[in-house]
Amino acid sequence: MLVFDAGQDPLKVLIADDNDSDRMILQAFVKKQGHIPINARDGQEAVELFESERPDIVLMDALMPVMDGFEAARVIKGLAGENMIPIIFLTSLQDADSLARCLDVGGDDFLSKPYNRVILQAKITAFNRMRLLHSTVQAQRDQIILHNEHLMHEQEVAKKVFDNIAHPGCLQAGNIKYLISPMAVFNGDVLLAARKPSGGMLIFLGDFTGHGLPAAIGAMPTSEIFYGMALKGFSMQDILKEINNKLKKILPVGVFCCCCMVDISFRKEIAEVWNGGLPDCYMYRSEGRESEPMPSYHLPLGVLGGISFSAETRLYEMNHGDRIFLWSDGIHEEEDENEVMFGNERLMEVFDENTDPELVFEELQQAVRDFTGSTLQCDDHSIVEIQSVPEDGLIENVSGYASDYKSGPKDWKFVFRLGASSLKSFNPLPLLIHILMEVPGLRAHSGKIYTILSELFNNALEHGVMGLSSELKSSSAGFAEYYQKRQENLESLNDCFVEFELEHKPLECGGVLDMLVRDSGKGFEFSNEPKSEVELGKSGTYCGRGIPLVKTLCRSVLHSEGGCAVSVVFEWRIEG
Amino acid sequence: MAIWSSQSQDGKELTIKIQGRFDFSAHQEFRDAYEETSEPPEQYVVDMKDTTYLDSSALGMLLLLRDHAGGDTANISIVNCNPDVKKILTISNFEQLFGIN
Repeated sequence: MLVFDAGQDPLKVLIADDNDSDRMILQAFVKKQGHIPINARDGQEAVELFESERPDIVLMDALMPVMDGFEAARVIKGLAGENMIPIIFLTSLQDADSLARCLDVGGDDFLSKPYNRVILQAKITAFNRMRLLHSTVQAQRDQIILHNEHLMHEQEVAKKVFDNIAHPGCLQAGNIKYLISPMAVFNGDVLLAARKPSGGMLIFLGDFTGHGLPAAIGAMPTSEIFYGMALKGFSMQDILKEINNKLKKILPVGVFCCCCMVDISFRKEIAEVWNGGLPDCYMYRSEGRESEPMPSYHLPLGVLGGISFSAETRLYEMNHGDRIFLWSDGIHEEEDENEVMFGNERLMEVFDENTDPELVFEELQQAVRDFTGSTLQCDDHSIVEIQSVPEDGLIENVSGYASDYKSGPKDWKFVFRLGASSLKSFNPLPLLIHILMEVPGLRAHSGKIYTILSELFNNALEHGVMGLSSELKSSSAGFAEYYQKRQENLESLNDCFVEFELEHKPLECGGVLDMLVRDSGKGFEFSNEPKSEVELGKSGTYCGRGIPLVKTLCRSVLHSEGGCAVSVVFEWRIEG
Repeated sequence: MAIWSSQSQDGKELTIKIQGRFDFSAHQEFRDAYEETSEPPEQYVVDMKDTTYLDSSALGMLLLLRDHAGGDTANISIVNCNPDVKKILTISNFEQLFGIN
């Protein structure tokens, strides 16, 4: 398409001259050069022949009857549009004004009569060269436009696929505010949020190196892993390890993902945070309690392979009303007209001056806008605010659970016992949930079942096997101590077990799930007598906030074997 | 932005100096600085005395250098960082991969 003749092909040359002999001489000359002459006797005829014959070059006399050469040149240039049709005036006019007029009306050159044939021939050749160059440029421009349209179309289609994979999860939940502002069609910042089967929430903010498509592409596997594993109840550490391994494997060296991931338990009022490479995130506490930065203390995701990667998290108290702020460095690096960056100090000033926490998110955006003025955004930027709220009333994930199979195991029983080395490093809940969800219709209750199993398992492990007292957790200092002890005890576990005994029996439209959890601990003093509502609400001596919650979800909860075993009965009906 | 590199007399140490903003526009020059050595050096020094700023693609380029220099066995030190540059390296915890002083 871009290959043109080198000027060897004959040209159609339109000759407009009212003088018969002049015209005949020109015609003979043009023919001799190997071109095809087209003859017009005045300007009007020249315009008509131009339209019907589409010549490549025009040789035009200036003074002619009916329509003169100046007018004809103007009309022909108009008809030619963006195609280049060189017009060379051949005229007996000599004065500068007339010759200048030849060019003013659209002519490309002029030769005074009597003209020199060698020069005329050279001009025809030169203008033909220019004409060819012009059409090459034109064709290339058209092709670029076409390519660009094609590319935009491809990007838009790809973007739809991308958005379906990197979907917003539960970002619409009432406790989240966010702003994502990409520079291009694709965003190098990725924001994901999912409800955990146990009721908590996982939030992931990542910033891939660069921006646009190359940066966005890593967000797809990240999102797949995040939502897939969050739904199955995997821990934040497991999800981070998986994403890191994947990114390390697929991203070229030098491309990585700065990210912060947060796991919020609304019930326990704690937040677990992993920050690798994002600027200090911020825990903004309400009611005069001290706020604190949550700094990055890991390399970004996708840099370290396998065992060198650390998924170690930090725990923060997060009472209802407290807010976590995450941001990508695009915010800090927004520049004003003097190329001064917004920076962390200005960000912190917004918090210092804030009086109503409800407004701080808007105040942050306003501060950045005021600072940058009208300068253009120079990177993708994102801000997220997550507030700790009571768990009831928060929405579930937008992408629902997969539809149920009609058939599946309904009447079964199994025992699953974990020894010391398994307890140190393995979270049995995703596996158990996976098996339980094979029961047709039970998936709709996965959240409740996850909550029950995780409470029972944690009680068995922390209070049973490790003998930790949940009273520790009632004070702020004890809270940190509790989790530190838990970690130490976990590492030194020896000769112990936690056992699950699960049995399912079908009912006409639903079923009964018996769950027994037994541990190798010392047991505790218990009473199976029903308690009053007041007592249920309190943090009891042997059961923290967990057991009362389990009691609200199950038909019955019974302790036995000296406090080393607890069995619950969960009865369910098919919904909908 | 400009980049200079010089190899010590015995060829064992390669010093790369970066002046101005270290960002994606330095990509090719930075690569040339360590790829076009006559013999592979044992030790690399990235001198940031005159570096005013670096962005995430510069971090990526440092990782590429590290990969070129042998990955986990690479011996690279980043020296003379100003506080802004140091902060960016610290946020990304690059001191786990490079000697920074």
